[in-house]
Amino acid sequence: MRSLGWKITGHALALVATLLLGGFLSATLVRLAPGFDTDERELDPHLNAQSVQALREARRQDHNIFHFYFSYMKRAAHGELGTSLALGQPVRRLLRDRAPLTLRLLGMGLGLAWLLTLTLALSAAWLRLSVYDTLTTVVSGTFLCLPAAVLALLSVLWNVPGALAIALIVFPHTYRYSRNLLVKAYSRPHIITARAKGLGEGRILFWHVVPVVTPQLLAVAGVSVSMAAGAAIPVEALCGLAGIGQLAWQAALGRDLPLLVNITVLVTLVTLLANSGADVIGYVVRGREA
Amino acid sequence: MSLGRKLACGILALVLCASAAANWLAPAGYARQYREATDAPPSRTHWLGTDELGRDRFARVLYGTRISLLLAPAAALLSTFMAALIGGLAGYLGGAWARLAMAVTDLFLSLPWLFLLITARALMPLNVSPLVSVEVTFLLLGLLGWTAAARVLCMAAGSLRSSDFVRQARAAGISGQRLFWVHVAPNLKPVLYAQFWISIPVFILSEANLGILGLGVAEPMPSWGSLLKELEGLVSVGEEPWKFVPLILLIVVVTSFQFLLSKQEEVAA
Repeated sequence: MRSLGWKITGHALALVATLLLGGFLSATLVRLAPGFDTDERELDPHLNAQSVQALREARRQDHNIFHFYFSYMKRAAHGELGTSLALGQPVRRLLRDRAPLTLRLLGMGLGLAWLLTLTLALSAAWLRLSVYDTLTTVVSGTFLCLPAAVLALLSVLWNVPGALAIALIVFPHTYRYSRNLLVKAYSRPHIITARAKGLGEGRILFWHVVPVVTPQLLAVAGVSVSMAAGAAIPVEALCGLAGIGQLAWQAALGRDLPLLVNITVLVTLVTLLANSGADVIGYVVRGREA
Repeated sequence: MSLGRKLACGILALVLCASAAANWLAPAGYARQYREATDAPPSRTHWLGTDELGRDRFARVLYGTRISLLLAPAAALLSTFMAALIGGLAGYLGGAWARLAMAVTDLFLSLPWLFLLITARALMPLNVSPLVSVEVTFLLLGLLGWTAAARVLCMAAGSLRSSDFVRQARAAGISGQRLFWVHVAPNLKPVLYAQFWISIPVFILSEANLGILGLGVAEPMPSWGSLLKELEGLVSVGEEPWKFVPLILLIVVVTSFQFLLSKQEEVAA
């Protein structure tokens, strides 16, 4: 249990380091982006020279990158993530409004992807028919060769929910690993012996296969969160879903760096959390196994 | 070589030859507008019809294939070089260097690829000339796509560092650059080749994604991404099936690469 504590501490430290580094990179990018040093209010003909000078003075201390970074982090710690240049709204509000849709989409997409993955991978491992194996490999291989944005466009064309598009983007990646893991697990000598002795398929699966493959499957599950988050951009952008992915796309088109870097740091944290969670659970499962 | 691989090689060679002969097969070029025949269906003069600006789709597919098939390997070469430099050296040096390199790599890997790409693309000016947009797009793919390969190379170099023959070479008094260039680097070549080949379809698909999202190659320059953007305006699949030709070509090419890759992936593993 002591080493589990160390593992969790290690992951927590990695998250904090990522947050600090991500924050620094965000601040640097925002600071160095073209147009940072300009304020469109300066173009207002109603302002006199003193007012324009006052506006410039107010920005002067931001010229020091370290001062800018600390003030940026201080504001970020209080939940103030700046204002979107393109949409003219606080980044925090934009994220809060759009996050639920993206989370729902990702949850459903990942659920569907894993349902499809486990169904096909388990049946491939059980049946061990070369025809079935070839068929599933061809299907997953075809989806692997399709750009995520094309799948999103096809989902619009066929009026299919966005969650299914995400599932079909993630599925070929997860299927490939899961199938290999399960086939490998089923070809272990003790499972072949158990089968020869007439043990039921259900008992073999839950008592001998699941404990062996769970840690690796959890690792793949952690990575699949990152894949799904990436897939959210084309799916939301092309399906017209007002989520974080669409926001990131709009920010990229509008070169809205304050918004874009905050979204990227947020998504990185979510994927890191997912990976760390998968790693810790996998560690606990392995510990029980031992 | 298996039949599948032979077929994949044949298809890739055919597509490469056709795209290389684009000037001869479609002499009018990709940007010429036939204003009397906008959005036209396939005919004897325009084999795949024309787009909404009256440009010959067949010519655009050929030129777009040339751009994607020439620049994706160039980007793969750049990313493999960076992976060798960062991952290979870190693995060879070991200790704190390897840990630092892997921490940076992990940080990059935790970022979803498309988020990283669009963030980096947004940092560059979007209203650049078409030629610059092509260069920027593929340069970004090359500069950002090294992380996974660096991880593999770091592991490979690390295991080579502790291998018997390297220890023996060290014991014989060989050290520093000579040890790296004469004994370690040649043994990393198969992994480097594998990583290079693995990166090509990834970059082709990434460019296509960026192109469809309007963040890739700028008009009028064609690429698979910008050609696939046409699918956005479709109402049904059966309505104008010829618009799917770039997609079918993309699937065929990426599938061919996947066939060639199965051998390379074994090496990389």
